[in-house]
Amino acid sequence: MKYLYYPGCSLEGTAEEYDISVRAVLESLGAELVELKDWSCCGASAAEAVSSLLSLSLPAVNLAIAETMDGSKDLLVPCSACYLNLKKVEEKTRADPDLRNLLNRILEEKSLRLKGMIRVRHLLDVMARDIGPEPIRQGLKRSLHGFSVAPYYGCQCLRPYAVFDDPEVPRSMAPLIEATGAAVYPWPMGGKCCGASNMNTKTEVAVQLVAEILKAGRNADVIVTVCPMCQMNLEGYQKLVSKAGGRDLSKPVLYLPQLIGLALGLPENMLGLHMNLSPTGEFLLRLKSTPARAVA
Amino acid sequence: METTQAVKTEADIRPRSLLLDAVREKVRPCIQCGTCTASCPNTFAMDLTPRYMWRLVLMGQEEAVFESKTFILCSACYSCTLRCPRGLPLTEAIGDLKQIAARQDIPKHRGSTRFYKSFMESVRRHGRVDEMEFMSIYFMRMKNPMLPLRFSGLGMRLMKKGKISAGIPGFGKGGGPLEPIFKKVEEMEAGK
Repeated sequence: MKYLYYPGCSLEGTAEEYDISVRAVLESLGAELVELKDWSCCGASAAEAVSSLLSLSLPAVNLAIAETMDGSKDLLVPCSACYLNLKKVEEKTRADPDLRNLLNRILEEKSLRLKGMIRVRHLLDVMARDIGPEPIRQGLKRSLHGFSVAPYYGCQCLRPYAVFDDPEVPRSMAPLIEATGAAVYPWPMGGKCCGASNMNTKTEVAVQLVAEILKAGRNADVIVTVCPMCQMNLEGYQKLVSKAGGRDLSKPVLYLPQLIGLALGLPENMLGLHMNLSPTGEFLLRLKSTPARAVA
Repeated sequence: METTQAVKTEADIRPRSLLLDAVREKVRPCIQCGTCTASCPNTFAMDLTPRYMWRLVLMGQEEAVFESKTFILCSACYSCTLRCPRGLPLTEAIGDLKQIAARQDIPKHRGSTRFYKSFMESVRRHGRVDEMEFMSIYFMRMKNPMLPLRFSGLGMRLMKKGKISAGIPGFGKGGGPLEPIFKKVEEMEAGK
């Protein structure tokens, strides 16, 4: 299995541990990643609030670069905002040749051309549908038996394009979590919004959304995410959120590949576990003191 | 600091009512069922429900639409878009409203619109966003000396984890790899 890889800006900065753990886990599960050459920003959630045309042009640049690369036509994207921006241009230009022509007039400035050959894939899509739980079960070095893991999907990998999961009641993470030996924490918050960039501009509003999520997750051992913005909102403001929620709502939050990597026995530095902002110490200690079991 | 001066496009000088017309076209088939309101996670903080705001858009009540904070509170979760029984691109239409507020620099929405503009400014300079620079631009644009304090706690923790670099960011002098794309988009939007 070979994929073109678009890390996106967050994975170079505040979500570096996501990048590190995606690479380590996919390699260990037998998937090869080829990083997109000279990739640039997809526009994040900002371009759409500034210019529609720009918000379509920036992803188009990266799709056009992907078309010039050998090895795969599947572009793997771990960030849900990047994923949606790129997916949107894939879908819109497929349905609307006039739009593709318009974007190609812009891409000409960089001597690029969009033909429509790339399939944009979210990391979770690839992990759930291409890789699946079996290689995790087979590679299991440390069972997470006895742990309860809350899957948090967020919004933009599910909606508006329902590609690999139910956008209302997502469940694609469940088999992957179960393959680690852990139990899936039952909660209704998997596809609820974390507030996204409102956390920066309308903090008091986003904090309420995160408080609801962390309250619902209070009996889970750990929450896992598949998006750098969700991760930042769930783990970066826990003090503020606890204050708003009227009780201690601190909770370990990991990226899904960090959790899978732990089960596969990958060393902690290969998973960037020292970089999380939420209190992961107790969870990791408990995990290490549990006798290693190869069979879940 | 030198800033990248955007050329004035047609949309910057066009009256707001004409800009709103394009949004109105997108939501014209709205049947006012209120599914958007019921689906929105941010209604609790809004002064108008999303359904009511769309009604105002349909009636061309631009003053009331942009006076309200409803559209700016959208966190793009796409729940309304997914569920709208008329299949309307509601989240996209909200994006259009945000663009109008950004282009017209409506004072009460600057906290949000300048956030997005600052982000794009950093992207224009480097091709990728430099998070430290982006926030510095935002603080400068907002001209509010208290604003950085709100972010300093998280900033310190990110720095300690080595996720953002300390010190004053080096502002690139224009000419980033995406500059030709930004320029061309501006030209086309200006109708050249």
